[in-house]
Formats: sequence, C-alpha cells, structure tokens
Amino acid sequence: MEQIITTLINGLSAGGTYAMIALGYTMVYGIAKMLNFAHGDVIMVGAYALFVMFTTTGNPLLGLVVAVVLCVIFGVTIERLAYRPLRGASPLAVLITAIGVSSLLQALAQMIFGAGEKKPVFYQFGNVTIFGISISLLTLITLIASAIIMVVLSLFVKYTRTGRAMIAVSEDRGAAELMGISVNKIIVITFAIGSALAAVAGFFMVWKAPNVTPILGAMPGIKAFAAAVIGGIGSLPGAMLGGILMGVVESFSSSNTYTAPYTDAIVFAVLILILLVRPSGLLGKKRREKV
Amino acid sequence: MEHYINYIAVGAFTLYLIYTSFNGGFDRSASSLYTDIGVAIILAVSLSMVVGFLGELSLGHAGFMCVGAYVGGKLAVLFTDAFTNLDTYIIFAITLAIGGLTAMLCGFVIGLPALRLRGDYLAIVTLAFGEIVRNVFRNAGGYFGNDGKLSTPRLDNQILPLITFGLVLVTLFVTQNIIRSKHGRAITAIRDSEIAAKATGINVTKYKLIVFAIAALFAGFAGVLSSYKVNKIQPDTFDYNYSIEILVMVVLGGMGSVNGSIIAATVITFLNKFLTTDLVTILNENFNSSNGVIAYIKDSLPVIKNIIYALILIVIVIYNNAPAFKGFREKYNIKNLFAAIFRRKQDPAKHQDDEAKWNRVPTKIEIDEVLSVDIQPGSPYNPDKSEKEEK
Repeated sequence: MEQIITTLINGLSAGGTYAMIALGYTMVYGIAKMLNFAHGDVIMVGAYALFVMFTTTGNPLLGLVVAVVLCVIFGVTIERLAYRPLRGASPLAVLITAIGVSSLLQALAQMIFGAGEKKPVFYQFGNVTIFGISISLLTLITLIASAIIMVVLSLFVKYTRTGRAMIAVSEDRGAAELMGISVNKIIVITFAIGSALAAVAGFFMVWKAPNVTPILGAMPGIKAFAAAVIGGIGSLPGAMLGGILMGVVESFSSSNTYTAPYTDAIVFAVLILILLVRPSGLLGKKRREKV
Repeated sequence: MEHYINYIAVGAFTLYLIYTSFNGGFDRSASSLYTDIGVAIILAVSLSMVVGFLGELSLGHAGFMCVGAYVGGKLAVLFTDAFTNLDTYIIFAITLAIGGLTAMLCGFVIGLPALRLRGDYLAIVTLAFGEIVRNVFRNAGGYFGNDGKLSTPRLDNQILPLITFGLVLVTLFVTQNIIRSKHGRAITAIRDSEIAAKATGINVTKYKLIVFAIAALFAGFAGVLSSYKVNKIQPDTFDYNYSIEILVMVVLGGMGSVNGSIIAATVITFLNKFLTTDLVTILNENFNSSNGVIAYIKDSLPVIKNIIYALILIVIVIYNNAPAFKGFREKYNIKNLFAAIFRRKQDPAKHQDDEAKWNRVPTKIEIDEVLSVDIQPGSPYNPDKSEKEEK
C-alpha cells in the first residue's frame, strides 16, 4: 500500500512536469493552430542556460530566471522567423518547419556544448515523512509548484483581458480580429507563456536528473505532446489531465520489474489506445468538418 | 513522361552497376554507398506515397524499416543455423518476403487509427509507433541480441548493390503504376479533399489502408536490405531522426514528385557520406592536423551536416509555402524558366494576335467574368439575382 502511494505521488510529480510542457503544446495548438514540434528543444535551451548560470554563479534560482527569460526570447524569435511567414499555409508545411527548427536547435546545442552529458551538482533534498510515507522533498516541491502554476494559468486565461483574448482567438480567429484583438500579439504572448512554462519544467527535470544533453528535451517533449493529445489538444484542462495520466502510467510501469524496460512502449501504447476510443482525446471537442 | 525518366535513369545506373560488378568489381566504400543510395530511394519513394500523394504525415517510417530489419535479420540467423545446405540467396529471398510482409502488417495496423484520426493526430500515432517498435526490439528478453544489437549474416558486397537497385526498380514500378492508375487518382483526390472524395464515391478507408500497407512493405524491404549490409543492426539507427531524414528527402524533392524524391534521396545520401568521411580524408591530407580550427571543423562535421539539413528544410518549406512569396514563386520558377527559353526560339512572324490567350485552364472566376459580360444588372438571366431570390 505504502509502495503504491509513493509510486502514485512520484507519478503525480512527474505528471506535473509533463503537464507544464503539455500546456505549451496545447496553448500554441489552440491559438496558432499549429504543432510546435520545437517546444521540447526549448526545454533543452533552458536546461543549458540553467547549467551555465549554475556553474558560473552557483545560484540555481538565478539560473531559473535566466532560463525563463532566454526560453521566452527563443520561443518568440522562433515564432517570428519560422512560423509567422507560414501563417495561412498548409498545416503540414508548418509542422515540417517546426521539425526543422527542432533539429536545428539540437544541432546548434551540440555544436556549442558538445554531445557529452553535462552534470551540474545541485543541492540534494532529503526525504520527508507524511502520515508514515516517506517522499522525496523535491518530488513534493515539483508537485506543489506545478499545481500552483496550473491554477494561476487557468485563472489568467479565465479572468484577464489577455487571457480572454486568447480564448477568443482560439475559438474564431477572424471574429477575434474584427473585435479589435491583435492576433499576432496574442500568438506571441502564447509562445512566450508556453516557453516560460517549458523553462520551469526543464528546471525541475534537470534538478531531478542532472544530465544535460542536446537531446534532453526530445523525449519529454514527445511524451508531453502525447499527453496533450491524450487530453485533447487545444484544451487546457485536457493537457493537465493528460500530463498527469502520463506521469502516473509511467511511474507505475517503471516501478514493476517486468514492465520497466517497456515503459516507453507502454506510454505510447496508451496514447494509441485512447486515440482509438476517443479520436479527439479525453476532453477534446469533436469538430465536424464543414464543406 | 516523368515516370519513364525514372525508369531510364535508375535502369541505366543498374546496368552500370552490373557492368562494374562483373568487370573488376567495386571497392568496399563504393558498394556501401550504392546500397545506401538504393535503400534511401526505396524509403523516400514509399514515404512520398504517404506524404506526397495521400497527404498524411507519417513520422514513423524508420519504425517500419526497423520491423523489416529485425524480423528479416533474426529469420536469416535462424535459417542459416537450421538449414546449412540452403543457398544464401534463397534465404535472402525468403527473409526479404517475410520481413516485408511483417512490416506491411504493421503498416495495416497503423493505418487503422489513420481512418479515425487526421493530420496532426495521425503524425503523433506514427511517431509513437516508431518509438514502441524500437523499445520492444531493444528489450525483447535478449531474443534480438543484447540491447537489440543483433548480429546478422551479410551478403557479398559485389551483389548487394545490384539486388538493392533491382528492388528500387520494383518499388518504382509498383508505386508509379499505382499513382498513375485510377487508384492513384483516388488517392490524390483524398489528399485534396477527403469530403469531396467521399462524396464522389471513393472508398477512403480502403485507399488509406492500401497506401499505408504498401509504404510499410517497401520500408520493410529497405530494412531487410540494410540488415544484410551491416554486421550488427542496432535499434538506435532507426530512431526518430532517421524518420525525419527520410521526410527531408521527400520534402526537398517536392511533395508528390517521385523524380524529386529519387534525386533528393541520392543527393542527401551522397552528401552524408561526403561530409562525414570523404571531407575528413581531404582535410587530413591537405591540412596539418595540429591546426586547431581544422581539427574543430573535422570533429563537428556531423553536427554541421545536421545544421545544414535543418536550415535547408526550413528555408525550402517557407519559400514553397509562405503566402508572402506567392507572387515571387509564380514569377520565377523552373517551369517558367524553361518556357522562356523555348519561347525565344519561336519565330515571332508566326505569332498570331487572335490566338487564344489562355495557355492554361482558366479558373472559374475568369470564366464567370467572360460569361457575365453580356448580362445586364436588371436582366432575368443575372445569376446574382436568382441566387439572392433562392436564399
């Protein structure tokens, strides 16, 4: 029983990280109607920024701030240079460009920092015991931080002018433009928020497993993307649900000796099964195509 | 017309290979390069059927290749152990067939969600498939070697390029005939508008499954070939980046163009080898290796290659698709360039003014403009008026 609860909490914590990344995917999809394949590599940029700042100054929080700023700059620049010229082009073209940006970022990181692993040594948190269950403090911090971020983001989208403008753009871009909303500005804001979330998620990921490589963001990016698709891409609660589900499945799968080597396969099999039953994800809206 | 050029080019190259093979033979690196080019062409042409003609994005083409490589490779090992007196080429033929068919089955299974999913969702499913396959082969209880590193038998490197190019011809024959047949028209109709295709009575389900299965079959063939080329197959060869490289070939060659895919596959495979091995040799011969800059360039060549590919991909896609470049694209493209060259050769005296000005099929708007000239605003034949009344 204790084992199960520990696994569950670990899963929720990992799921919180996935959810933060998945939110970036889902917001960009909902508003710009494109899959930002390079989102995972923005995490990597943040992780390198954190690594460089941490090894030079020794202050991880300064590293986090720099990572967030740098990721926002990268996200917005990528949107401006690679995606904006293709606004209105076929979704396939945008997707392929995003894939190109992703491999460009990986190659540049490898060029600058080398392919080898960088291992920053962070302060190691101990365990805390709650109701007789011992949990790593870092896991708990990640869980709480991601919960707070998700609540704040939900409130932001629901109650601020910018947030409502984002909803308006995602529902009907043309009508939103007629209502005086600057669509380009909203898309830039979306990319900025998504990239900042990616930087925060990368911060927790690197702290948990201090292992910075050029392909650091690729696998979490793909998994978070899968999480966003499971929850129904374009839906904020869906991304949170999908991320947490993915984290829990992964955590339970890797805690079992027999299924542990197949964790990645199981996670993706869950994605395919859910899509077979609900083609637009768990909370996704079903869109009827009109002629 | 275009498809005959492909047969002629690939056929001529195959003849050249046969000639060289029986007159002195290739050296090792040439044999390896020719096999790689053949495998790349098979992969690019089969993926171009899915991406260019059916219009669905597949990010797991290397996954099908992985299935072919492991199933074919494992069977080859088993057969070689079990039937010691069986000819190597018969074993190759059997493993090729079974490896290809297994991959085809996987393509069929992946095609099933494709019926319910569209575009981006399908892309993630194919991506997931590629990752699952790799993960399973790596960990299948050591059955496929330790960590998925499976030692496989090899074919004579004088013969393998010939077989590869024979299969390239088969691939071209099958794909081009499908594309040019009534079925191919149905497939492109699905790409252009699925709803319209359905409305005209095209069985969308059937065609999507067929395309996915055939593309997977050829990717499986490519996998079996690659397993016969190397000593050991490794799951990391078939990762997501390899799928992307195949996609780059298709996009670079032009979506929906088989000749483009062939050219792009050849050029990229050649460049891969040139940048990672030949250029290093050239640098070693001509420069002092203690020169820091040269050493740095040498070490980072594989990375520079990736940067170049990524930039080419981004620039080409933006140039070909950006709405802002539309006018520029229509003004300066290869077709117009050729048209300009040939027009100059025409005798201006023969040009007639009353010749029909349309050298292309007029659009509906243009026809409407011409037809509506004689209709007065108040006329009962005015189409605008009658439409309004209907509403």
